[in-house]
Amino acid sequence: MRNPLTWLRRHLVVIAGLGTLAYMILPNVVVTVFSFNNPTGRFNYSWQEFSLDAWKDPCGVADMCGSLSLSLQIALWSTLAATALGTAIAFALVRYRFKARGAVNSLIFLPMAMPEIVMAASLLALFLNMGIQLGFWTILIAHIMFCLSFVVAAVKARVLSMDPRLEEAARDLYAGPVQTFVRVTLPIAAPGIAAGALLSFALSFDDFIITNFNSGNTVTFPMFVWGSAQRGTPVQINVIGTAMFVIAVLVVLAGQMVGNRRKKAQPK
Amino acid sequence: MTATAAPPQAPAPAGPPVHKPSVRKRLVPYWLLLPGILWLLVFFVLPMVYQASTSVQTGSLEEGFQVTWHFQTYWDAFTEYYPQFLRSLLYAGTATALCLLLGYPLAYLIAFKAGRWRNLLLVLVIAPFFTSFLIRTLAWKTILADGGPVVDVLNKVGFLDVTSWLGMTEGDRVLATPLAVVCGLTYNFLPFMILPLYSSLERIDTRLHEAAGDLYAKPATVFRKVTFPLSMPGVVSGTLLTFIPASGDYVNAELLGSTDTRMIGNVIQSQYLRILDYPTAAALSFILMAIVLIMVTVYIRRAGTEDLV
Repeated sequence: MRNPLTWLRRHLVVIAGLGTLAYMILPNVVVTVFSFNNPTGRFNYSWQEFSLDAWKDPCGVADMCGSLSLSLQIALWSTLAATALGTAIAFALVRYRFKARGAVNSLIFLPMAMPEIVMAASLLALFLNMGIQLGFWTILIAHIMFCLSFVVAAVKARVLSMDPRLEEAARDLYAGPVQTFVRVTLPIAAPGIAAGALLSFALSFDDFIITNFNSGNTVTFPMFVWGSAQRGTPVQINVIGTAMFVIAVLVVLAGQMVGNRRKKAQPK
Repeated sequence: MTATAAPPQAPAPAGPPVHKPSVRKRLVPYWLLLPGILWLLVFFVLPMVYQASTSVQTGSLEEGFQVTWHFQTYWDAFTEYYPQFLRSLLYAGTATALCLLLGYPLAYLIAFKAGRWRNLLLVLVIAPFFTSFLIRTLAWKTILADGGPVVDVLNKVGFLDVTSWLGMTEGDRVLATPLAVVCGLTYNFLPFMILPLYSSLERIDTRLHEAAGDLYAKPATVFRKVTFPLSMPGVVSGTLLTFIPASGDYVNAELLGSTDTRMIGNVIQSQYLRILDYPTAAALSFILMAIVLIMVTVYIRRAGTEDLV
């Protein structure tokens, strides 16, 4: 390190990039640290003293774990539905030429090109006008709706990059259409489908704006956090937040390890 | 995360066209589309129609609302709430610019300099997606707390004097000021900027950099003339993915701001859910949609990229 200024200039990108990363990770660090806090008042915003109480009793707050399990259920069902519907649309769009293709493409794109609050409000207008009771089903309907476009985008990208000759080869080897699909097409499209499913699970589980408009008195986990920001935030919220972060990192890392092992197993 | 960069190849038609496909076969794409498209028509398009009809209704919650084609609501709503509209566009625009400024180096770092750390860095960018964003936004309350270490440092280095002069902060506090809201917005939408940037940077052939270097271009010139233009698709989709949701957001303004930082999302939310003035709320939401769609269309035309997402 001869001249600090030259050194700084040479590594500017790395320093700036890591700075951004720090900015992104900082709240997660704070959430983790404050999950070990023992706050005096109703709010968990300032550090008091170290305590493991919240970790020992994560469901010790009324209604919190109920809302968590409700969010998990909604995310699970909407992921299943959106992935099934979205994968079918993606295949139709990539594999077939038909008249309404442009219109369908725009219809898929629109939900992603609109502020979420516009969709949330319009769905509420529909449910109010039709006199539909807000609750579990309206949340589920809304989540399937906005997850759909993201699944289509993810699966489309994967199917587009697929070599069509692999399926031709399967047909040449006398595989029927069903066999070709199950043994060749589906395994190749699987990473795209998995990415779409993972994304819609995360989106649904974390959605607040659309749920806020269409949940009525039903309380999902983000709704619970929102409410607690007004009434008082229990430390257990930080415990759940920390656990979610750790689980997500572990799942992604495990997925990558499996992917790497596969790559090693079948060298190209 | 293996975003396989696909060479833009024309997808071959399925199956050899030996003979004219039967009617049954021609209907296959429609059967595949039907359930999903029906869902979108019923729960995305139809609601827009209902909201349009709500926006031209008059009446009250007690007596019920009737369609009276009262377009005046739009004008009234706009003239009453144009400060909130302007503020939303200003905050969302600032947050988008900051996201680009902060996100580009990180995307560049991951794409070209990370080496074997690439996957770990990508995980760290994506992982926040899985922790509830409300919890993380609440954490900003702690970080930006009055008299906390962050605000102290910002105060000591004179940063807050600059932002106060810009009207972004007041005195020596950050919480409940526009700066806090913009900081939260920037934070919340950064991944939406970084991922598209990364995927378009990753596709750039590094031999182009070498070629530019061989032709005696300085690193800054290489960036300006080669890297940045080639990353334009990522810049365009990143800015859209940041600006659009940020313009309708009300969470950051509610949790980190004050009544002086209310954005149009806050107004729509309270009109729909608290004041229960449905026509005004519907009109506001359509005005927001129109503004965003017009801005996005103009922007895409200017940027000259049609292939999005």
